[in-house]
Amino acid sequence: MRVLTAQPAGAGAESFVSEHLMAEPVERSDAVLVRRSQAGDTRAFGELVERYMRRAYYGALGLVGSPDDAMDLSQEAFARAFRFRDKLDPDRPFYAWLYQILRRLCFNFVRDRRNNRRKLTAAAPYLVGLASARHSGANPDKALERSEARRRVRAAIESLSDRDREVLVLKEFEGLRYREIAELVGIPIGTVMSRLYEARRRLAAALEERS
Amino acid sequence: MSAPDREKLRVLMMAALDGEISPGDAEELEQGLAADGDLRQEWESMKRVKEVTGEMGFRKPPEEVWGRYWTSVYNRTERGIGWILASLGTIVLAGYAAWEIVQQILANSEIPLVIKLAIFAVALGGIILAVSVAREKFFIWRKDPYKEIER
Repeated sequence: MRVLTAQPAGAGAESFVSEHLMAEPVERSDAVLVRRSQAGDTRAFGELVERYMRRAYYGALGLVGSPDDAMDLSQEAFARAFRFRDKLDPDRPFYAWLYQILRRLCFNFVRDRRNNRRKLTAAAPYLVGLASARHSGANPDKALERSEARRRVRAAIESLSDRDREVLVLKEFEGLRYREIAELVGIPIGTVMSRLYEARRRLAAALEERS
Repeated sequence: MSAPDREKLRVLMMAALDGEISPGDAEELEQGLAADGDLRQEWESMKRVKEVTGEMGFRKPPEEVWGRYWTSVYNRTERGIGWILASLGTIVLAGYAAWEIVQQILANSEIPLVIKLAIFAVALGGIILAVSVAREKFFIWRKDPYKEIER
């Protein structure tokens, strides 16, 4: 086991990382950062964290649906990635590797939550209407109707199977292309499309119920 | 229209919705939709879904959480190493202490046989429980659909 050698700890880590990042404006490739992390450079790993933390958070949020849990699980994924960084091939995309850890953590978390019969009790919905959608149009009836449609779709998304929801979220809310989804999830593009179809069919049924 | 043809057109619908359809496939989809009223209706429903999801996005957390993020990851990493070391040390020490105590009790002729048998039962029960839990975990792992995912 490799023990941490660079110093950031507690509040010091924040300034340490930000100073370091600001001092080196040239963006290094993931492969370089991974190699340096493997050589024991904690700052290099910190740079990878800074680079992918938002993506990891939103990836987890789409899978577990709770902001607090998504924050916790995404941080845990980075912590595990750090522990197992020696197993990573620097020439493979870092985020694809991290995502494998993240989705496993998230699926386990969702399974445990289901086994413990704990419902998702988010204080506020994690999917919201975009500002452009909320403020467009002056017709209040139309706005209400669209808001209701979003509510129904949101509920339908939460009732999807984990695998269908994962693909839908990666497509709709992270804006990935089919090829990128296939690489991240480790499935053929045809399966991406069929899962998307199944997910959207259910969302369409939820919208139809209304009328 | 045959079921496989419909399945293919449904997949093409997804590609069309997401802007990943080739011109040739788009033409095939158009012809298919023109020939099948049910599929055309399904296509309209899917477009409506796409429209609604297009108006939705993730709720953003407060910006300051990103400033603390790396610190939290770092602390978590540090604590993980601490937990592993502390757990390993505790297991070794507890095992050694238990072995010493059992040895002393068994060597003590003043302790009644029934107590010695009870100690033996506790030890045996503990071993059976540990093996049972380990076996259960192993079978769960074997059936875990995500076990192929590299950690």
